[in-house]
Amino acid sequence: MAFIDMKRNEIQAKLVYYGPGRGGKTTNVLHIHKTMSRQICGKIVTIDTKGDRTLFFDFLPLSIGKVMGLSVRIQLYTVPGQVLYNDTRKLVLRGVDGVVFVADSLKVQQQQNIESLRNLVENLKDEKISVHDIPLVLQYNKRDLASSSIPILSHDEMEHDLNRDLGVPSFPASALKGDGVYETLREVSKKMIRRVTHKLRDGNY
Amino acid sequence: MNLVLSRDSIHTLEKILENELLCNGVEHAFIIDTAGTLISEGGKLPMEDILPLAALSAANFGATEKMAQMIGEKDFSLLFHKGTNHNIHFSRINKDFILVTLFGNDVAIGLIRHGSNKAAEKIIPILTSQEECLCGLH
Ligand SMILES: Nc1nc2c(ncn2[C@@H]2O[C@H](COP(=O)(O)OP(=O)(O)OP(=O)(O)O)[C@@H](O)[C@H]2O)c(=O)[nH]1
Ligand SMILES: [Mg+2]
Repeated sequence: MAFIDMKRNEIQAKLVYYGPGRGGKTTNVLHIHKTMSRQICGKIVTIDTKGDRTLFFDFLPLSIGKVMGLSVRIQLYTVPGQVLYNDTRKLVLRGVDGVVFVADSLKVQQQQNIESLRNLVENLKDEKISVHDIPLVLQYNKRDLASSSIPILSHDEMEHDLNRDLGVPSFPASALKGDGVYETLREVSKKMIRRVTHKLRDGNY
Repeated sequence: MNLVLSRDSIHTLEKILENELLCNGVEHAFIIDTAGTLISEGGKLPMEDILPLAALSAANFGATEKMAQMIGEKDFSLLFHKGTNHNIHFSRINKDFILVTLFGNDVAIGLIRHGSNKAAEKIIPILTSQEECLCGLH
């Protein structure tokens, strides 16, 4: 749910990074937190297991500038990708305004990507949101592994698996190196803000 | 769904938090929705702490709601975490909104309960009214 506060002149919207376990959602957020200025980025919260698996979510508030005289605040969340944690994913997805789906380029993860996307569609449906309606961007992560000996999926294969029906913007990325992280964030933010301000202009409130 | 609150509505919410909670010695009080959106707040803590607290409060509330359902309750309408010096109190305003209060040991929990209930009663009509004004936006 986007919230518009006419006293502070501020829009608040919720962005969720979704995708299979170990795909690189948390790595995206850590890169943003590490590289953005403190004026833009607030305090990061991560709730994970002893290792590096997200147990509940990561959270990072971003103040990304002004649109129509309103400052835009994006509350960024990641879900835990492990199949087991669906209740938690549903909780984090509450009131979502935009989604980045982080897919894993590893060949062995092909099926997990497809299943996680299917799970997103289902969980959105429970929130009464159609995957075709919500601002959504795909990210094909770990492209840096192309130069290693580890088998990875081609861009076309990933488009075919995940984006054939959706037809949304997609970005190759290496969250570990920071490539494509901002391109992804910029595109989904743009879509989210456009959605909210259109309604404002049309006086749809 | 989106929520738009006018300058006046936000002002009224801030006044309610002030009169029912902050003036009784509460450190900070804020209203969130179940998705973690910060709706209104007042008190001593800096915004950079309130935003993550809002996200965590909503998640905490959501997680205990799930526990409630597993033992045959609809939800726990009230939660209270007690620390050595600082405490947090959560109470449900209605199905979509939660009131969170941070307070020290100098404030009696009874006062918080009472203040939260009174505040919730006054907050509900503001958050559920449909006639929000968008004057001056275009
Ligand atoms: N080579 C490579 N490794 C990456 C990249 N992004 C993430 N990783 C690694 O993949 C592992 C999992 O990354 P996370 O960001 O924790 O994955 P996640 O999607 O948050 O996983 P869950 O929290 O379990 O859902 C870590 O060891 C990362 O260092 C990338 O772009 N390239
Ligand atoms: Mg993670």
